[in-house]
Amino acid sequence: MPTDIRRPAAAAHAGPAAGSTARRAGRAGRPARRRPPNPLRALALTAFLLFFVVPVLWLLLAATKTDDQLVHGDPLSFGSWSGLRHNWQALTSYQGDAIFLWLRNSAVYSFLALAITLCVTIPAGYALAMTEFRGRRTLLVATLVVMLMPNATLVVPLFLEINAVHLAGSMWSVILPYSFYPFGVYLTYIYFSTAMPKELLAAAKLDGCSEFGVFRRIALPLATPVVALVGFFSFVANWTNYFLPYVLLPDSDQFPVQVGLGTLLNNVPQFNPTVGSLEVQRPELALATLLAITPVLVVFLFSQRFLVAGMLAGATKD
Amino acid sequence: MSASSSAGGGRVRRLSWPGRAGHGFVAPYVVLLIAFGLVPTIYAIYFAFTDASERFAGLSNFATAATDFRFLPAVGHVALYLLIWLVSLVVLVVGLALLLHGLAARAADRALRFLYYIPGALAGAASAMVWLFMLDPTVSPVGFLLRASGLGTFGQVIAPGHLPILLAVIAFWTGAGGWIVVMYGALNNISADVLEAARIDGAGPWQIARHIQLPLLRKWIVYMVILSFAAGTQLFVEPQLLSQASNGVAGRDYSLNQLSYDFAFQNDNVGSAAAISVELLVVGLVVAGLFVARSGFFDAD
Repeated sequence: MPTDIRRPAAAAHAGPAAGSTARRAGRAGRPARRRPPNPLRALALTAFLLFFVVPVLWLLLAATKTDDQLVHGDPLSFGSWSGLRHNWQALTSYQGDAIFLWLRNSAVYSFLALAITLCVTIPAGYALAMTEFRGRRTLLVATLVVMLMPNATLVVPLFLEINAVHLAGSMWSVILPYSFYPFGVYLTYIYFSTAMPKELLAAAKLDGCSEFGVFRRIALPLATPVVALVGFFSFVANWTNYFLPYVLLPDSDQFPVQVGLGTLLNNVPQFNPTVGSLEVQRPELALATLLAITPVLVVFLFSQRFLVAGMLAGATKD
Repeated sequence: MSASSSAGGGRVRRLSWPGRAGHGFVAPYVVLLIAFGLVPTIYAIYFAFTDASERFAGLSNFATAATDFRFLPAVGHVALYLLIWLVSLVVLVVGLALLLHGLAARAADRALRFLYYIPGALAGAASAMVWLFMLDPTVSPVGFLLRASGLGTFGQVIAPGHLPILLAVIAFWTGAGGWIVVMYGALNNISADVLEAARIDGAGPWQIARHIQLPLLRKWIVYMVILSFAAGTQLFVEPQLLSQASNGVAGRDYSLNQLSYDFAFQNDNVGSAAAISVELLVVGLVVAGLFVARSGFFDAD
């Protein structure tokens, strides 16, 4: 439905009048960066700003309300601090701290997998881009192919495989598959092959640097942006994965917070009238969702400057 | 693949660097690739072509899956959803990245990129949660709009006919921001001299976008489409949670992955579950192959 808000809003103002003003404005101010703001551009960007931000804002506010305020109050109003405290107490007492346990599980799975991913992915992407070895081309194609393979289609076979090696129910049954991250290898490969001058490595080689030395002393320090990028994407992918732990970790004590949210949802009476005694109110579910996303938000804040500066850093090459 | 992990062959290579170092760098990755890429794929193929007593079963698992009453509707759902999602993703992500990149105010541009990205943190179950609320007219901030379009209850909003659009909106809401950051990065990579030269030659923003920026973005657009297609075919968590929240109004076997899951864990039919996996795999590979062949995706190599 939100499409209904943004599309007409953007289209309605795309009339001929707005268009011609925009063109005139564009022609008048020749240096691009000093052009006066184009109203059409501003409008489109604002419409999408609302689309992306209002649901998040609503979620933030919902955690401060009672269920009654949620239904009858202004949707974008603040409830009360005591409402927030009440929701917090109700949520944390659900099955005695279950929410903290789930968050801890998510953190353990995501960070262990992240560490393995970086150790494995960066050297592999580097080698594919900068070195020659037999089978390089095959490995590159295999990486692309596996990267494109919808990994959820492999969840059921993965379950059978993990079961066969008696890892089912162990946390490694999700951490190890998480650590396999061909997308990261491909990002690293693209980064090194577009942003890293081969002459630099050739010079180091002439100076007698070993291949590992070149990687460690020259490539790795220059690779900070792509390390951040791979680390970030990998962490987010791991933290937000639902299907794999849903299938591989049957025990509620082992759920990551994503799967935990599904459990909470099952106990919200408005969505599931047959719920038993363990009722969860909608504001509590909103608060749990907020808790579940906070780490990813924090990570994003932390790596944003790398993201902006780092994506295809070839631009900085003089 | 195993060839790449074996040593040797190094001496054949030219110059002073033997291939052995390259093999050392990729070895751990190759191990993971085999364990969690190759082996499950072989498992899927193996199960797809064998019956419960592990005898070769020909195409019977595929036939069972394809003739199941839930199969064709699921294919249709996923196809329609993909169509809507991919078109909106390409048009809007590229459009927004160009708009942001041309923005005069650097601070506004940075802030907007961040704000557009925020829903990315809600990928997976969290975005489904938020949209359950957004689509429930009783609590939604756009409830008045939903009611004005004649959708007074949650059940009416998530009527089966609306789901492809709703799922596309959810996916776009969560995923678009990340791709905007990627496209923006690629735009940043275009030399300022080239753009300046075009401007001096009298090219307007529209011409610059069409003749310089879009061709240089092409590789990334293709990349986005392939990855989004792959992600889209594995639709699972959103319809799953919608069906949980609606007591089955939004069907529990809405997508192919849900169907595969039910075959394996509800109907106890691993063969047909694997058959669906193999089919999704083949579709993904064919589309990816087409894109790779037609876009020169390995230009950088």
